[in-house]
Amino acid sequence: MDFDEGNDYNERCTQCAAVSWKITDEGTYYCTSCLNVTERRKEVESVADFTPNTKIQAINRGLKKKRKLEKGWEWYVCEGFQYILHQQAEALLSLGVCPKLKDEVLHNFWKRYLQKSKQAYCRKPIYSNNNKSAVSDSQMSLSGLDSEPELLSIYSCHLSESEVESRSDISSKLIFPNIKTTQSETTSVCSGSIDGVEYLKQKEKGILKMTLPMTLAFCYMSLLWQRETITLSDLLRFVEDGHIPYINTYQNFPEEMKVYGRDIRIFSIESWPVYEDIYEKIIELGKFLDLPRFPDITENCFLHPNMLCMKYLMEANLPDEMHNLTCQVVKLTGIGEVDFLTFDPITEKTRMVKYDVQAVAVIVVVLKLLFLLNDNVEWSLSSLAQENNENNHEGKPCFDFRKWYQIMKKIIDEKQQQREEFKAKYLWKSEKPLYYSSADRSVVYKRRRMVMNLQKQFSTLVDSAPNSEKKNPTSFQLKWTKEEQNTTCFHGHSLQEILQKKGKSLTTLNSQYWLSTQKFCKSYCKHVTTYEESNFSMSYQFVLNLFSFLLRIKASLLHEEVSLIEKRLFYKKYETKSKASKSKKSKKILKR
Amino acid sequence: MDSFSEELMRPVEEDDQVEASVGSGPEIYLPWLSQHVQSTVSRGCKGTNFAQTTSICLNFIREALLKHQWQRASEFLQCYLQTLEDFNSQKRQVAPENIWKLGSEILYHHPKSNIETFSAFADRMKNIGVQNYLKISLQHALYLLHKGMVEDAYRNLNQAESWRYGEMSASQEKLIKLIQAYRGLLDYYTWSKKRTELSRFDTDGFATSAATQDMHSYFRQASVNLHEIIKIPGIWDPFVKSYVEMLEFYGDQDGARQVLNDYAYDNNFPSNPNAHIYLYKFLKKEKTPEDKLINVLKILHQIVPSHKIMLEFHTLLRKSEKKEHQKLGLEVIFAVLDFSGCTENITAWSYLAKYLKQIVKEKHIDWVQEAWSSRKDWWPTFHFSYYLAKKNWKENKILAVKKAFTSGILLGKGCKYFMYVCKQGRKVQEKSIKTVKRFVMKHNILNSEEL
Repeated sequence: MDFDEGNDYNERCTQCAAVSWKITDEGTYYCTSCLNVTERRKEVESVADFTPNTKIQAINRGLKKKRKLEKGWEWYVCEGFQYILHQQAEALLSLGVCPKLKDEVLHNFWKRYLQKSKQAYCRKPIYSNNNKSAVSDSQMSLSGLDSEPELLSIYSCHLSESEVESRSDISSKLIFPNIKTTQSETTSVCSGSIDGVEYLKQKEKGILKMTLPMTLAFCYMSLLWQRETITLSDLLRFVEDGHIPYINTYQNFPEEMKVYGRDIRIFSIESWPVYEDIYEKIIELGKFLDLPRFPDITENCFLHPNMLCMKYLMEANLPDEMHNLTCQVVKLTGIGEVDFLTFDPITEKTRMVKYDVQAVAVIVVVLKLLFLLNDNVEWSLSSLAQENNENNHEGKPCFDFRKWYQIMKKIIDEKQQQREEFKAKYLWKSEKPLYYSSADRSVVYKRRRMVMNLQKQFSTLVDSAPNSEKKNPTSFQLKWTKEEQNTTCFHGHSLQEILQKKGKSLTTLNSQYWLSTQKFCKSYCKHVTTYEESNFSMSYQFVLNLFSFLLRIKASLLHEEVSLIEKRLFYKKYETKSKASKSKKSKKILKR
Repeated sequence: MDSFSEELMRPVEEDDQVEASVGSGPEIYLPWLSQHVQSTVSRGCKGTNFAQTTSICLNFIREALLKHQWQRASEFLQCYLQTLEDFNSQKRQVAPENIWKLGSEILYHHPKSNIETFSAFADRMKNIGVQNYLKISLQHALYLLHKGMVEDAYRNLNQAESWRYGEMSASQEKLIKLIQAYRGLLDYYTWSKKRTELSRFDTDGFATSAATQDMHSYFRQASVNLHEIIKIPGIWDPFVKSYVEMLEFYGDQDGARQVLNDYAYDNNFPSNPNAHIYLYKFLKKEKTPEDKLINVLKILHQIVPSHKIMLEFHTLLRKSEKKEHQKLGLEVIFAVLDFSGCTENITAWSYLAKYLKQIVKEKHIDWVQEAWSSRKDWWPTFHFSYYLAKKNWKENKILAVKKAFTSGILLGKGCKYFMYVCKQGRKVQEKSIKTVKRFVMKHNILNSEEL
């Protein structure tokens, strides 16, 4: 036997003062005379100096292997997010988005984020937890290179397709120039990633932390930059329907990127994204990245209210003629202006238009203009239309609100039921179970196996033909074709009966209007108005519920938007603050 | 104006400004605080969609179970299984029990399910979390019993009994006792089978004595476990019954009486009518003096005044020589008829009619009045309406006559029921009606009141 293994450690044993060391299986030294074990580890570098020795090699190889099984690769939280963004971008491309979105827009946003959050592309990446970097921090500041990170010009940096494919490799080279790959053992116990524990603790002012909802903010901002035909509500719907990876994205990480412990709090989510939440994140992110003004939203863009109104009119099975009215409202309120519509993060008061919600709100306002929606006028107008249709069989039929309501109500109830069932059946847990510590690991895996076994057992009891095939992604959730069974397509119906000619202009037959609200909250809470369902007419509630179901938002959010449009439309009423509350008269003259 | 409205359209922006000013200035002022509170509140209200999913899913399962849509229920249960993996440890711990309850219900009814699937499910659920092992084992055994697989059930109970899991088994001591008791019950079952077998070949000989010994060993096994469970307060009807039967068989009458007495009279036990009935039947078989029997039934009368044994109680009391017993007899028979389940009980009515007649003759009209006073508000419509007279007469003439007699005594000859039956009786020339009428004319409590 070769006793050389312990030779490089020459200190005296604390117990027996002998110098006779050997290496234990764990890689520490032990005294051969008194079997005292030290805390000193055999240094790995010294392995190279050894003459080939089978036993040592075996020990060392064993050690390395064991480490790998537990820890996998050394990876950082931001690499995880980068991987998720990559997956999401791929998914967007497969939906037919312009390929530039991934390589040019999203990639640049992400690089800019890394730079702004001082994680990469700058001289001094922050990792305050690491002693070494703290030391280097002080050295740096001494040498005069302080807080302001050097910005690399990101717009000049385009990566080719192949480079993007191997982005994670690049990033591991580019990011963290200061951090040595050997981290203290203790931190890696609680998380698979290197900085998972620190990441959760980090609360630095002015740094926007990456979260899973934030990945969607990135996606949407890129879509907006590209002026793609996907609205925020569409994006979130695709996420919910599983066309864009969001929940359990970590299970697609490479095998060696282990996710456990604190990583769960970062990479696992058990909720679908919420519209308002993502909306706010987009604004925050836009400001944090200090982005320039986005490309103009002009009349030819999909996101222009006129365009979106058309889309939602079609989807809600309303007559095409209403488009004329929505255009007028858009014009009167000025919400079709380029400056109003274009997202500009660095202006003093940053805001982004909720394009989809706003377009739908315009439609609601037009419906109110036409039918008042006070549970009375709309029904008497419907009776008029019905009478007219019965007497007149030629030409365009008149739009009958009652008939429309009946058809829509039925279909929405069906869809709602379907959605409830979808929600009830949604499987949140991934095949790769998550555990907080390695002690939990076996329990968690056992539980996972149990669940899978039980699921298998019950699957034999279910109807043999489950209709679980994935729905294809589509912009239209409701489709109305001419002469389908049991339903009527109202697109071609006319509004003649409810509009009156007055000289060169047309006015609505209904000459009244009520405002959804007269008081806007000025407090610091997030909402502008309050929406108490019971205060409003049934048909208004129905219309709100219909559209908010289509957009998958809360009815109150739509109500808020309706109120804001009304405020712009009837600003004079607000200006003079004239007394009485509801049923305000408004002679809206609609020019033709 | 425009700027004003724009300001309103940017609530988010305003918030940010507030935050920024906090960042620069050292003092904290209220708006920031209110925003902070607001946001935490709204975050607090929100549950995860995971929690939402599971609760909707549970509702769907419940609905499907109610409508007996077993396939649909199992479809949703398949998704509900993910509650076993809930990050919330509290919810995760209750999940197995819920899933066991729902799943066993589905498998019990599902057309495609069979004993194997049920057993496989039970075995899996037993091993998810130690908490439910015993409960599931017991229910599994009961299911097997229901399917007639006595031996498998026995094996299951045996297995559960020998299960140990540190402190867990100590805290579930009662459950173990219950499992043992059920095993005892199965031992009793075997014992009773052996007994009938033995009674069939009543030849003496070696074979018989061996069989007797075998039977006796079952008795010993069963009695140990049954004796244990009976000590714990609770309702143990089947255990008590079988235990007493075995004791009686081996001639231990005193032991049996003691068991029944304890079961009926121990105050720690929940009130249980059956306990008194068992005791009564046992004492009756033993030919115990009537006074003692009356005492047992008195308690039963207080708990379940409508029990059919009350008719027996009434005859006991009527036969008794004590005045207070006789008086109680009237109250007992009245009380039986207070209940809607007994309104057409012909025995009860004839007992009442007969007894009323006897009492009136014995001049104890005050007893009748006493019993009647609390009933005179509602008995006329409850028992003696015109509609009921017609119905009773059509369906059961004897009942109608008895009731008519009673109503005549209690309400006088002007009572609708009485009048209707008399009129009908006259048409068919029923003899008994005449005697009834004559008696009522002479005696009824109204007359006596006038006196």
